[in-house]
Amino acid sequence: MSHPTANGIQLSRRRFLQIIAGTAGALVVGVRMADAGEPPLPPQWLGDHFHELGAYVRIDQEGNVLVGARDPETGTGVATALPMIVADELDADWNRVSVVQLGLGVGAGDNGKPQWTYGRQRGGTGDSIPAAWGDLRQAGALARWLLTQAAARRLGVAADRLRCEAGTVIAPDGRRVTYGSLADDASKLDLPQQAPPVKTPDRYTLIGKPVGDVDAHAIVTGQAKYTIDHYEADELVAVLLHCPWPDGSLARIDTAPALAVKGVVKVMQLRPEPGQAPGQTVGAPAIAVLAENTWAALEGRAKLACDWNPGKATAADSTAFEQQANALLGGDAAPTTRVRDDGDVVKAGKRAARRLEATYYQPWLAHACPETMNCLAVIEQDHARLVVPTQAPQAAYAVVQRLTGLPPDKIEIRVPRVGGGYGRRLDHDYVAEAVLLAKAAGKPIRLLWTRDEDLTHDYYRSACVHKLGATLDRKRRIVGWTQRMASASALDGRGVPADHLWTSEVAANQLPAGLVPNCRSDWYALQSALPRGPYRAMPHLANAFAVESFLDEIAHASREDPLVTRMRLLGAPRNVPLGNGATLDVGRLRNVLQQVADRIGWKDWLRSVNGLGIACWHMDGAYVAHALEVSRQGEVLTIERAVCAVDVGRVVNPLGLQGQVAGATLDALSTAMNLAITCKDGKVQQRHWKDYPLANMAQLPNAVEVIVAGADRPPTGASFLAMPTAAPALANAIFRVSAVRVRRLPLMKEFLRLF
Amino acid sequence: MASAQAHGVPTTPEGSITPATARAGIDLMVNGEAFRHTGDPQQPLLWYLRDTLRLTGTKYGGAHGENGADLVLVNDRLVPAITVPMAKLAHKHVTTVEGLASRDGSLHPLQQAFIDEDAIGCGYCTPGWLMAGVDLLRHKPNPGDTDIDQLTNTCRCGCQTRVRAAIKRAAASMAAHA
Repeated sequence: MSHPTANGIQLSRRRFLQIIAGTAGALVVGVRMADAGEPPLPPQWLGDHFHELGAYVRIDQEGNVLVGARDPETGTGVATALPMIVADELDADWNRVSVVQLGLGVGAGDNGKPQWTYGRQRGGTGDSIPAAWGDLRQAGALARWLLTQAAARRLGVAADRLRCEAGTVIAPDGRRVTYGSLADDASKLDLPQQAPPVKTPDRYTLIGKPVGDVDAHAIVTGQAKYTIDHYEADELVAVLLHCPWPDGSLARIDTAPALAVKGVVKVMQLRPEPGQAPGQTVGAPAIAVLAENTWAALEGRAKLACDWNPGKATAADSTAFEQQANALLGGDAAPTTRVRDDGDVVKAGKRAARRLEATYYQPWLAHACPETMNCLAVIEQDHARLVVPTQAPQAAYAVVQRLTGLPPDKIEIRVPRVGGGYGRRLDHDYVAEAVLLAKAAGKPIRLLWTRDEDLTHDYYRSACVHKLGATLDRKRRIVGWTQRMASASALDGRGVPADHLWTSEVAANQLPAGLVPNCRSDWYALQSALPRGPYRAMPHLANAFAVESFLDEIAHASREDPLVTRMRLLGAPRNVPLGNGATLDVGRLRNVLQQVADRIGWKDWLRSVNGLGIACWHMDGAYVAHALEVSRQGEVLTIERAVCAVDVGRVVNPLGLQGQVAGATLDALSTAMNLAITCKDGKVQQRHWKDYPLANMAQLPNAVEVIVAGADRPPTGASFLAMPTAAPALANAIFRVSAVRVRRLPLMKEFLRLF
Repeated sequence: MASAQAHGVPTTPEGSITPATARAGIDLMVNGEAFRHTGDPQQPLLWYLRDTLRLTGTKYGGAHGENGADLVLVNDRLVPAITVPMAKLAHKHVTTVEGLASRDGSLHPLQQAFIDEDAIGCGYCTPGWLMAGVDLLRHKPNPGDTDIDQLTNTCRCGCQTRVRAAIKRAAASMAAHA
């Protein structure tokens, strides 16, 4: 890998990409460009010597290739995988490729509307790779087509007789022309009428090969710049003290002690704008301390003396929330939404030989991003320039545009590498705060949230209660399944119709849908003043724990091997229609399940001194299974082994995939073992890492054995695929080794209670 | 390597008029270069490194540095930079992640091992893991799993298994070149 090293050049290249990216390639990818009719801007005008070949590719005379990564890199590997897809189609030499993290691509469209340069731009939502498969291959193929056309003219050989290899076009007689020498000519050619064809898989040179993170060198040397590492001349640092309650208000403040701190410049107030959805505006009233440097701002914040008027949100209480859920599920109230209702569960229940029921409790969760919320905002009369750690640059743009009123082409948003997202950065309350402060202060604002603000003012994953019921026939077949789930929808207040609020909480197609003839899923809405929002692997994370734990309970009640129970439930390999065009490929699910079973040594399940636990799941056309081995010495439980098998279709970067699968496994284990947000009097009680203790090294398995059961199908997302099954596999293993059935998370707290 | 000195606080800029009295301050060494801190002695080292020297590899993680994102070496002792006020750093040697590689740019074996094992998620906490790992290798050149278990850093991306592999790889590499 070569990387642009001189900072000045890197900056100009980035700017170069922002200005003219997309004039060619975007046509092919199906996004109309505002300036499509205009000739490309001359590179020298931009002070650079790279030639433009579509939206994502730049090549200089020496053959150095820049490939743009459009989706934010939050640790999911897209900054490596997306350019791999482009570079493979381009037949570039990966050693000559440098990746440029693209900021928001936006230009002026019709009626002042934004025109997106790169189509969708979003990270950490599981759709980056599938989307890239749809259009970035074509972007690479377009660049290769242009280079081949230029070579054909130079060599006097028909283009279809030329082939490309590692940055070179090769003629049948062996003559070779480098991409570097062709780039200038190629960049001036007219675009093809039709999109050039993409490669057949047998010709892939990069896709399917293990490639390390493109930013690895910068990261290990401390040179990688996150938003938090960006500074601006003449800036003020802003730190915040939020009101504990979103609907509270400021009762009293004495700003004098804060203003007396050397370096503190201003103390300002922020308020949520009425009528705006969560994540679009300030989350809760706040006092902002603006200072010349971070330390002064923090000192000023520590000296703030203020009282808040509580709002209705003081009623939020995690214990009461659970009691409400119990009351709702314990009675015979009608569900808010009947999500699924196959067959006749009532009739099946009457005929049943056996009936089982269990209730599972899962806590509120915070995102706890390593890099706290922060934003650099420079708002001028006719221009806005921001650096934002976002997962969704276009959503961040909407907030900036609304608050500044600037036209699309006057709003510039850079998105450097992001210190974790997990769904938190699909919301942009912190961007609204930075913009409002920058406007009010008339100075560039570098907003920094402290950890306590980050943990107490999140958009949380709702706690939830699952009441599951199953009816078995005399042959121990599961003939009826009822799921009743209560939670507070993450979509409340976000403009989603009431009959769709369930979609963030439960998947209509989740296991065992399609496999049990009589299958019902009911969702019960709970209210809470605690803000909610998107969360990693939502809604599968919570549902897989309940369903896959319950399947184990069914197996135990039936005196059956839990793997056998699952295989019997799945049945023969076939495609099962799930409704709405979705299909469950039973063969693929069986395969990942069997693979983890084989690897963990499941045949010793009954005899093993250690506990073996297993779980499987499917989501969005991807398949995953976990098998865990847990040992017990007295009251000490240790995760001895963790095996995970995934089927994501074609694998773009096997090394990246391994990292994602191992990482999501560990994150899920850490979450299941340790993490819960609690709320009392409307105040979140976890303020520091010690209150919300991510697992340390010693708690986690020494290795995660990853099995990739790939197939020749279009790739699915993979970044959170391994989240849902890790916790139930752990709980199931713990049951085997301790006879304790975990029906409540987090686990460690549960065990302290039980032992 | 970024030149920290370019952002530092030179006592007497070359070619300037010599001030009547040199500004009093706290003299310390950061990654082998001399600096004088003339601001608030209570300011934590973290903000001095980041805001003044612009050595931003050391990250803010929380008020007490529990997650290890801001670990640095002070006279070869591993500490969260946010917990050390500048007042305690007079004549001390501070090493940050930017100071792990050699002057010629060649990486510390653990940095190379992180690359080789792809022990990177979002990368935000990686500098802290590196500092903790370098410290561990100094005390335990051939660390076993229970030694590695002592690391208190956390990582939401779940890089721990790859970090473990990287530490072992670095230990092997250092032993081979010893």
